[in-house]
Amino acid sequence: MAGSTGSYQASLRVWRGDDSGGGLQDFTVEVNDGEVVLDIIHRLQATQTPDLAVRWNCKAGKCGSCSAEINGKPRLMCMTRMSTFDEDETVTVTPLRAFPVMRDLVTDVSFNYQKAREIPSFTPPKDLQPGEYRMQQEDVNRSQEFRKCIECFLCQDVCHVVRDHEDNKKAYAGPRFLMRQTELDMHPLDTMERRPEQAQEDNGLGLCNITKCCTEVCPEHIQITDNALIPMKERAADRKYDPVVWLGNKLFRRG
Amino acid sequence: MAELERHAYDVVVIGAGGAGLRAVIEARERGLRVAVVTKSLFGKAHTVMAEGGCAAAMRNVNTKDSWQVHFGDTMRGGKFLNNWRMAELHAQEAPERVWELETYGALFDRTKDGKISQRNFGGHTYPRLAHVGDRTGLEIIRTLQQKIVSLQQEDKKEFGDYEARIKVFHECSVTDLILDADTGGGQRIAGAFAYWRETGNFIVFEAPAVVLATGGIGKSFKVSSNSWEYTGDGHALALRAGSNLINMEFIQFHPTGMVWPLSVKGILVTEGVRGDGGVLKNSEGKRFMFDYIPAVFKGQYAETAEEADQWLEDNDSARRTPDLLPRDEVARAIVAEVKASRGTPHGGVYLDIASRMPTEEIKRRLPSMYHQFIELAEVDITKDEMEVGPTCHYVMGGIEVDPDTGGAATPGLFAAGECAGGMHGSNRLGGNSLSDLLVFGRRAGLGASDYVRAMSERPNVSEAALEEAAKMALAPYDSHENPENPYTLHAELQQSMNDLVGIIRKEGEINEALAKLAELRGRLQNVAVEGGRVYNPGWHLAIDMRNMLLVSECVAKAALQRTESRGGHTRDDHPAMDANWRNTLLVCSTTEAATSEAMVPGVTVAPEQQLPMRPDLLEVFELSELEKYYTEGELTEHPERKG
Repeated sequence: MAGSTGSYQASLRVWRGDDSGGGLQDFTVEVNDGEVVLDIIHRLQATQTPDLAVRWNCKAGKCGSCSAEINGKPRLMCMTRMSTFDEDETVTVTPLRAFPVMRDLVTDVSFNYQKAREIPSFTPPKDLQPGEYRMQQEDVNRSQEFRKCIECFLCQDVCHVVRDHEDNKKAYAGPRFLMRQTELDMHPLDTMERRPEQAQEDNGLGLCNITKCCTEVCPEHIQITDNALIPMKERAADRKYDPVVWLGNKLFRRG
Repeated sequence: MAELERHAYDVVVIGAGGAGLRAVIEARERGLRVAVVTKSLFGKAHTVMAEGGCAAAMRNVNTKDSWQVHFGDTMRGGKFLNNWRMAELHAQEAPERVWELETYGALFDRTKDGKISQRNFGGHTYPRLAHVGDRTGLEIIRTLQQKIVSLQQEDKKEFGDYEARIKVFHECSVTDLILDADTGGGQRIAGAFAYWRETGNFIVFEAPAVVLATGGIGKSFKVSSNSWEYTGDGHALALRAGSNLINMEFIQFHPTGMVWPLSVKGILVTEGVRGDGGVLKNSEGKRFMFDYIPAVFKGQYAETAEEADQWLEDNDSARRTPDLLPRDEVARAIVAEVKASRGTPHGGVYLDIASRMPTEEIKRRLPSMYHQFIELAEVDITKDEMEVGPTCHYVMGGIEVDPDTGGAATPGLFAAGECAGGMHGSNRLGGNSLSDLLVFGRRAGLGASDYVRAMSERPNVSEAALEEAAKMALAPYDSHENPENPYTLHAELQQSMNDLVGIIRKEGEINEALAKLAELRGRLQNVAVEGGRVYNPGWHLAIDMRNMLLVSECVAKAALQRTESRGGHTRDDHPAMDANWRNTLLVCSTTEAATSEAMVPGVTVAPEQQLPMRPDLLEVFELSELEKYYTEGELTEHPERKG
C-alpha cells in the first residue's frame, strides 16, 4: 500500500553467468515500500555483487532498456513493483531468453537492430516541402499508437516464432518490426507501395499465428496483434488474392 | 598497444541523443564518414525522457507568434544572461528543424486544419510546443534514429554496406579525447579513446573532429529526473582537452518531480500537466502561485484564479496563469510553501489535473503521466491530486562554444545540446531543449564538416597518449591499500551535492561541499572494482566518477563566486538579482592535465564579460523591461534612450 513504511528481506534468485554458461544464485535483499525490481537489483549491486551486469537507463518506463524475465514473464524491471509479489515469495530474475546472453541479465539484442534495417523507411511525397505537411488527427492516431513503442523488445522475446525456434530468426522480423511496417502503411503520407506484401514475403508476417503474447507483454499497452498484425495480414491477403485489387493495381498504379 | 581496436573517421559524434543524431545526419549529408559513439543502446538516450514538447514559433495556433517573441521569451526566461546570438539562431531556425522532422516521418499531434498542434508552456507567450501527447522526446529520438537507418539503407544501395558512411558504436564509452601529437603542446583534436561495455576492450577513434553531445550532469545529485548516463562526460572531456565551461552554477530544478514513493522520488511530471490546465495547490487547497509572481514579471501574469482560467480558454483576452512562470520561479515557490508547513505529507505540494478536466481527456492528453502514477505510486491522476516537488533536471552550464558553428576552444572540438552552454542563460524554458538540440545539433554537424573539409593535414594519435588513457581507465583494477567502493563514493557525492549545492545555496554549505569534493577526489585514486572487464557496472561507474567529480567541482566553485540569485542559482545569503552580475559569465578551466596519479584535475573559475546585445535585438524589448535587468550604463545605446 502506498503510504505505509514497511521494509522486509526478500528472497531473490538471479541468473548469473555468460555465453559459456551460468546458473541461478540466491540472495537475500532488503526491500522498502514502493520499490521496483530494478531497485532491488541495484541494491544487490551496491551491497553484495558490484559486478552484476544489468542494462538500464531511465528507471521511469520510457527507454525500454531494463527488459528481463521476472518469474519467467518478460517485463521491464523498472515498472515491476515488488508489492506485486508476496513477501515470502522468491522472485526470480533471468535474462531475455530469445537473445544470446552477454553477461548476467544483459543480452545481445543486435537481432532487433538488424531487422530494423530490413524495413523500408518512410518514403515522403517528393513534391511536398517541409512545413507543407497536412494530416488530420484521426488519420495519424493509428500510426501514433504504434509509435508509442519504446523498443524494449519484450514482444520480440516472448514471440513463440523465435523464442523456441532459433532457425526462424532469419525469415522473421518479429512483432515490433512487423508493426513498423503497419505504422508506415497507415502513415497518411507514406508513398511506398506493397508494404503488406513486403511484410508477408520479406518480413515473415505469415509465420505469426496471432497468439497475442506480444500484446500481453507490451509495457505501452499497444494492441500489437489486433491493431497492427491482423489488419496487415488482412491487407496482404486481400491484395494477393483479390482479383479486383490485382487488376486495379495493374491498371491504376498509385504514385 | 596490442589488442586495441582502431577506426578512422572524419567526424566522431559522442552521444546519440537528439543533438548527436542530428549532428550525424548533417555530417553524413555533407558527404563525410561519421561514427556515433554512445554509452547506451541506439535509440535509448536521455532525449526519450523529454515529455512536453519542442518549442518553435510556427504560428500554427496563434499567428501573433514570431521568432522575435520566442527570442524575447527565451532571454526573459534566462534572466538576460543568455548568449543572445544562440537565442536568436535558436528562435529563427527551430520551425525549420521541426518541419524537417515531418519529412523524416515524425507524427506530431495535429490542429483542426491538419498542421502541427502547439501547446502552452511555462514562460512561452503563445502556444508554441510541437508535441505528441506527453512523449515528444521519444518521437524525436525515434524519428532521428529511423532517419539514420534510412541513410544507411541508401548507403547499402550505393556501396553495398549499411555502415559505409555512418556506423553506430553502441554501449561504447569514451574515456578521453586524444590531442594531436604533432603540434608540440598538442592542441588540435586527433581522436577519442573508448571501451566497449560488453567486453571491456579498448577502442580508439582517429578523427580530426569530435562533436560532444553527451547531455547533462544530473547524476551527481541525489534527487534527479536524469538517467545514469548523465555523468557530465562531455563537460569533463572538453575541460580535460583544454576547452572551457561557462554558467556551471546554473542548474535547473524542475518544479514537478514525483516525491513518493521514495524509490521514484525525482521522476519527472511533465510541465504539460500545467500547460493543459493543471494547477498547483498547497495543503490548504490554495492556488499559491498568485503569491509568487516576482517583480520582474509583474503585470505579465494573471493575478486571480478567474483571470488565469479565462486565459486557458482564450490566450488573447487575459494574462497567463502564474502556474506557468519559468521553472526556477515555480521551484522556489514550492520550496517556500513546504518550508512554511503548507506542504503535503511527503514534502511536496499538490498538482491537480483531476478537477480540471474529464477523465478521458486526461488519459488522452497525458497518457504517460496516467500510467506512471498508477503503476509506480498507485495514484489515479484522473481522480486524485499528484504530490510533486523539485527535482534536478537540467544543467544550463556547459562547454563554451561559438554560437554559429558549435566550435569549442580546442580546434576540432564541437559541442551541442545540453552539454553546450550559453543558449539558456541562467534558466531554460520548458520546450527549448528539444528545439536547442535540433538547431545546434545540426549546426555542430555542419561546423565539424566545414572544419574537416578545410583541413590540409590530418592530426596524429600518439602511442603515449593511448597508453596514459588506458592506464587511467584500468586504475580501478590496480591493487589498493584502502580500496574504495565506487557505489559508496557515488552515493556520498550525490548526497553532498543535493544537500549543499542544491536548489537553495549559501557560502558555508558550498565550502563544506568543496571540502567533501576534495576528500572524494583523493578517495577516487583508491577506487577498486571486483570481477573482470566484461560488462562490469562497478568498473563503468568508477570511470564515470572521474567526470562527475570534476564537473561537480565546477558547479560548486562557480556557485561560490556568484554572489547574487538568478535563474537556476539561488543564494540564501545573496537573495537579490544584481544587475552588475547580469553580463558576467563564470568560466571554468582546468589547472593541470589529468594523469593516473591525479585523475581529477584542479579547476579554476574566472569572470568574463559577454558581448553586448546587437541593437536590433535590444529593440525587441521595451526599455522599461530592460531597466529591471540592466545597469544604467548598458542602456545608453537603446533607441528609446537615444532619441
